[in-house]
Amino acid sequence: MARIKLSGLKHSYLSNPAKDEDWALKELNLEWQDGGAYALLGPSGCGKTTLLNIISGLLDPSHGKVLFGDEDVTHASPEERHIAQVFQFPVVYDTMTVFDNLAFPLRNRGVEETTVRHRVEEIAAMTDLTAMLDRRASGLTADGKQKISLGRGLVRTNVNAILFDEPLTVIDPHLKFQLRSKLKELHSRVNNTMIYVTHDQTEALTFADKVVVMNVGEVVQIGTPKELFERPEHTFVGHFIGSPGMNIIPCEINNGSALLDGHKIKTENKAGDNDSDTVIGVRPEFVHFAKTGLDAKVSKVADVGRSKIVDIECAGHSLKMLISEDQEVPSGNTKISFDPAATRIYSNGRLCGLEAA
Amino acid sequence: MNKTVNQKAWFFVLPVLILVAFNAIVPLMTVVNYSVQETFGNNVFFWSGLTWFEDVLTSDRFHASLGRQLFFTFSILAIEVPLGVIIALAMPRKGIWVSVCLVLMAMPLLIPWNVVGSMWNIFALPDIGLLGKTLNTIGFDYNYTRQPGDAWFTLILMDVWHWTSLVVLLAYAGLVSIPDAYYQAAKIDGASSWAVFRYIQLPKMKRVLTIAILLRFMDSFNIYTEPSVLTGGGPGNSTTLLSIDLVKIALGQFDLGPAAAMSLIYFLVILLTSWIFYTVMTRDEEN
Repeated sequence: MARIKLSGLKHSYLSNPAKDEDWALKELNLEWQDGGAYALLGPSGCGKTTLLNIISGLLDPSHGKVLFGDEDVTHASPEERHIAQVFQFPVVYDTMTVFDNLAFPLRNRGVEETTVRHRVEEIAAMTDLTAMLDRRASGLTADGKQKISLGRGLVRTNVNAILFDEPLTVIDPHLKFQLRSKLKELHSRVNNTMIYVTHDQTEALTFADKVVVMNVGEVVQIGTPKELFERPEHTFVGHFIGSPGMNIIPCEINNGSALLDGHKIKTENKAGDNDSDTVIGVRPEFVHFAKTGLDAKVSKVADVGRSKIVDIECAGHSLKMLISEDQEVPSGNTKISFDPAATRIYSNGRLCGLEAA
Repeated sequence: MNKTVNQKAWFFVLPVLILVAFNAIVPLMTVVNYSVQETFGNNVFFWSGLTWFEDVLTSDRFHASLGRQLFFTFSILAIEVPLGVIIALAMPRKGIWVSVCLVLMAMPLLIPWNVVGSMWNIFALPDIGLLGKTLNTIGFDYNYTRQPGDAWFTLILMDVWHWTSLVVLLAYAGLVSIPDAYYQAAKIDGASSWAVFRYIQLPKMKRVLTIAILLRFMDSFNIYTEPSVLTGGGPGNSTTLLSIDLVKIALGQFDLGPAAAMSLIYFLVILLTSWIFYTVMTRDEEN
């Protein structure tokens, strides 16, 4: 087990990348603590699978280094890195029994048969596969097969990290929750570094201690689920995480403060002099009806059970607000205010006043 | 529920029925008819029961050609199937060379069978053929028209050249359908290339290989044109396969009864073997 460090990592699938878009992964510096549960979250095509394959050694990066502890493993094979990986679609060896499937990574490494038996039984118990050990793996359901893939990742004792590449994609919704809790439970038991790639925010936020949010080949924010929700450092994070996403309203800047429709908006941060393309970001949870404030008009109300999502028109922009179920919605013209502690100014997508990463 | 009784639908299958009757049922029944009768010419037939079947099954000549046929079929299967798989494994999976390889592979399959026979007939001639002349020049005493061993060598080589491609194409189709994740998982699991072949590639190719073996079995058991053009069954009777022998009896000697009985036995051997093979190969999928 070791700390994983990525330094100056870049990757392109083209042999001569020229433009910015040619890079599947733009320059990246990251450190993963030993034993942590991480999630890589981002929309499809943002480079998260590329990053995962570079960590596991299935892909050679164009630039930069991958360090496990102090050892440079940039060009080492997956086997030399002692990495386990679970893929999007379950991979089982059809002709083998469940037992042989689980034993496969150990037998390939010449582990003694008594140890293999002991270890496989232990892992089977953890993953609820004990009853099926003698069955042919090909006859199992998708979630059973994915459990085998998972078990094969856990069976070795010397793995540095276990990587998951959207492992729950083909699993039925009601089993997804079960498997996810299982993963979480396994993480606390085996205490391995786990990196979980997903485009589903619920999966990422429930599984990980720390979430790495990616967009178009770049890491936009790393933080705990709470940090990502309460203090998004990028409008993308604000929009991508949370349902509905953060309201993003173009605004003018006067002396570091945001101006919207001539009103000064109180915000948590201040804009700098050189900031351009400025917007106000505020989550729907922090928009309130008020006696004084901005003029607004309610255009739609959607009841989503425990809360209501209200669409409002304000200063030529449409905003969303999230209020509790029992709160009255004023009809027609009203006034709204933003919670100053949760309202921020962003420039070119990035949070103003933040040190350049 | 009351169903409407309307037998007019039968008219829809009538064209197919007529077609099948004329190209399968009528010819087959004619053969069955011949196999149980004796004729002395003039289109006069006498009932002879199962005499011809007994004759064929106890004749040394039939046993000998059946033996040669089995030897031929199993030899070419033993060569073409592993060779085809090896070539398919060696073929590129990506890039422009894929189509080049596929076209090259498909080439022999496009050549008419009697042309293949003629080509090899000339290619292997010991005095002027490229293969025959070369073999003799480097010191082999090679003459496929005189020596049975050489005739067999040429015959099997010709079939391997002509039909290995079929196995290659089928095996290749099976290989490219394996998702990348399997290879990646095998890498992570530390599998050797032998283990990858044994536990991933071979199981995934099993279906197409079953079809390849079945096709090659049936085709090689029926083979007539190529050996007949190449060796004509000679030297002597040494390469007289079942189909060549059958033509000799039916059209050479005009022994319609024995020829008909032999045809039916021939047909049943192929049917039975294919059925057994298919049942065995697909049995454990059902479990």
